[in-house]
Amino acid sequence: MESIPVEHGLILAVILFSIGLIGVLTRRNIVFVLMSLEIMLNAGGLAFIVAASRWGHAEGQIMFLIILTLAAAEVAVGLGLILQMFRRYKTVDINVLSEMKG
Amino acid sequence: MIALFYIAAIIAVIATVAVILQTNIVHGLLYLILSLLAVAVIFYVLGAPFAAVLEAIVYAGAIMVLFLFVIMMLNLGQHTRDQERSWLTPRGWIVPSLLAGVLLGQLVNVMSQIDHELIPEQVGVMEVSALLFGPYVLAVELASILLLAGLVAAYHLAKTK
Amino acid sequence: MQDLIWLLPTYPVLGFLILVLTAGRLPKNIVAIIGAGSVGLSFLTAAIIATQFLSSGEDYFIREVWTWMAVGNFSPGFNFYLDGLSLVMMLVITGVGFLIHLYATGYMADDPSYSRFFSYMNLFIAAMLMLVLGDNLVVLYLGWEGVGLCSYLLIGFWYANPDNGYAARKAFVVTRIGDTAMALGLFLLFAELGTLNIQDMLNSAEAEWKVGDGLAVVAALLLLGGAVGKSAQLPLQTWLPDAMAGPTPISALIHAATMVTAGVYLIARTHILFELAPSVQELVGWVGLITLLMAGFIALTQSDIKRILAFSTMSQIGYMFLALGVGAWSAGIFHLMTHAFFKALLFLASGTVILSLHHEQNIFKMGALRQKLPVSFFSFLVGSLALTAFPYTSGYFSKDEILIAAHGLEGPGMIFFYGGVLGAFLTGIYTFRLFFIVFFGDSNAAHLPEKEYGGWNMNGPLIALIILSLIGGFFAVPLDPVFGQSEEHHVSGLLHTFMVATPLIGIAISFLIFYTKTIPVEKLMVSSFAQTLHKFWNSGWGFDWLYDRLIVFPFLWLARINRADVIDGFYALVVEISRAANGMIVKTQTGYLRWYALSVAAGLIVLITLGVLL
Repeated sequence: MESIPVEHGLILAVILFSIGLIGVLTRRNIVFVLMSLEIMLNAGGLAFIVAASRWGHAEGQIMFLIILTLAAAEVAVGLGLILQMFRRYKTVDINVLSEMKG
Repeated sequence: MIALFYIAAIIAVIATVAVILQTNIVHGLLYLILSLLAVAVIFYVLGAPFAAVLEAIVYAGAIMVLFLFVIMMLNLGQHTRDQERSWLTPRGWIVPSLLAGVLLGQLVNVMSQIDHELIPEQVGVMEVSALLFGPYVLAVELASILLLAGLVAAYHLAKTK
Repeated sequence: MQDLIWLLPTYPVLGFLILVLTAGRLPKNIVAIIGAGSVGLSFLTAAIIATQFLSSGEDYFIREVWTWMAVGNFSPGFNFYLDGLSLVMMLVITGVGFLIHLYATGYMADDPSYSRFFSYMNLFIAAMLMLVLGDNLVVLYLGWEGVGLCSYLLIGFWYANPDNGYAARKAFVVTRIGDTAMALGLFLLFAELGTLNIQDMLNSAEAEWKVGDGLAVVAALLLLGGAVGKSAQLPLQTWLPDAMAGPTPISALIHAATMVTAGVYLIARTHILFELAPSVQELVGWVGLITLLMAGFIALTQSDIKRILAFSTMSQIGYMFLALGVGAWSAGIFHLMTHAFFKALLFLASGTVILSLHHEQNIFKMGALRQKLPVSFFSFLVGSLALTAFPYTSGYFSKDEILIAAHGLEGPGMIFFYGGVLGAFLTGIYTFRLFFIVFFGDSNAAHLPEKEYGGWNMNGPLIALIILSLIGGFFAVPLDPVFGQSEEHHVSGLLHTFMVATPLIGIAISFLIFYTKTIPVEKLMVSSFAQTLHKFWNSGWGFDWLYDRLIVFPFLWLARINRADVIDGFYALVVEISRAANGMIVKTQTGYLRWYALSVAAGLIVLITLGVLL
């Protein structure tokens, strides 16, 4: 039977990636920025699974597993940083983090 | 199955767009969970059931819940929602959309040159675990070290004093 | 034993290194032993080598030590070349040098920089030995520069006084002009003849160039330029009187016995080159003649005891140049040797006088020192007699030879002869003017000296030099193998008597003016013409004034108008451009996280574009 062409899967991943990119660049709330980063990571994982499906072996899934681990660790650390930032500046506006200018 | 792929794809895209347009944080998170579950369905259609389950349980189930906890800790109220609305001016969307659009165009251009089909067989847990315990056992170790580092960092960074 | 010739400069170098590394921490008597002892060891070694060499009967001896550099076919080595000429020079340098070092251990005893003084003196002896013993012009130039450096260091020894620094700089800059000419000469010789080994170079010059060849003339002229700089002859003579700002032992060593004779040595060593360019050789004679007369007139008017002796040195070196100019090479070197004896004697004795009178150098503030300072008196007596070529002193034999040889030359020989005789007349007058004013008459000193300054280490060398000045004329210098058999010149008995008597007449005139005061000085100075002449001669024939106007003032004007420093402005422009670029780039460091994220995304897009396109 007909199967899904590879480029459709990859194009889906690319679309999700750019949506995440827009989110990172636009939003001023730092939690939303982190969420958009998650979207981008997820899109990357999707690309790997598509590749695994194209070749028919499991390495892509292993890569996805690693990406997942990475995302988990990153979220943990990022949220910790957000908590610190909130305690210090009493706001989640990303623009207050601009002391290192010049 | 193929139709399922495209339906799930459309749902994922719409949900993701909704995430970045939200003013309420919790609503945004919920849309993100929806997007992740749709991607999990896509994984299953592509023949990676293990990855699908992982996505649903770990990503949508644990990581997003972690997000929710922290947001609840931050206790952002109504005034945050108004603030968010004021921040999301239409003018702010132009440059990022332009950049992302250019990137999208380039990558689509590159991707559409590939001409191949996906293999519909399922690659089950057995194959994945065989590889994990075999050639990629170091990757597992590295992942666990990464998690340990993340654990220590998160504990230390979130301390009050 | 002759192989040990390499030890000669090594002893002073070791002395220099020890004194430099201990930097004044050693006690003074140890410093004296190291400083004077190293030169003493060199002298002993030199004496042993000399006896061996002379008894061996060979013409020359080469001792190779190591190759200095090997570039293409240019490979000068640190090689020592011993023949009659370098033998004489080596003995004079180490012998007179040792006596002066011994004297200096007493003279500089009160100076806080005792160790520094001896380190510089040892370095000087080492460099001078390299100059005379080297077998190629590169080693000679090394020694040449080394003595120039030490001269600078020692003239400005008491650096706290800025005048001394000025005198040192003046000496260095003026001799530098000569050194540059000499370097150009070396380049020319190497380019044309392919070697700087002196003997090889002279042989190939003789083979390739005819007499009067343009290249020979240019090369000889350039070497002459170097020689006049170092030997303080016209036109580069202005530095020598100011160099008297240094301590008296170095005036004796550097500016009387050794360094200023380096120019004479250079010309004598490369004499074949000068024989190939007779016009330049004649020029050497003219330079010598004019300088000796000029310096003689100046010395008549000076009042500082050391400056009189300095101009006397300038004049006597003029005699040596005169000898070289007429082809009497051996006579010139012989006069170099005797001059080293009696001039060092005069300078050292003047040092004793100066210290006994507590650093008084104006002769018109001295007088009647005959009883108080006996050793100095005798030294000055013998030295002055030798300087004025009193019969049977050493100076008599050497000056005699020069004037007889000058007479024998065709063409300008007669002018040289009569000029030389006139110079001898002037020498008689000014030398004994100094002698009579200082040691006779009434005392004009501010404080009378209680006793003569100095112990055995100062009087010993004086006595040794007295003996040498008297018997030095009887030494047979082994210069024939170097210069070829010297021609026998004869002059008629009448001319010979005239030549011998003229300095004596000068002494007599000086006696009348300054001792018996039969012809009072005031009467001679009455006319305004006489006063103008006195001022003119006193200022060194106006050379300092001339050089100031010609060279120094334009240079200072140039430095003044360039105060904003055009050259530096170029580098400042580079700095300004960097600063402007920095100003532009720093605007990208806004500190906003979203800005950085934007730049990351933009960079990503650029990379992918490049990846797609290429």
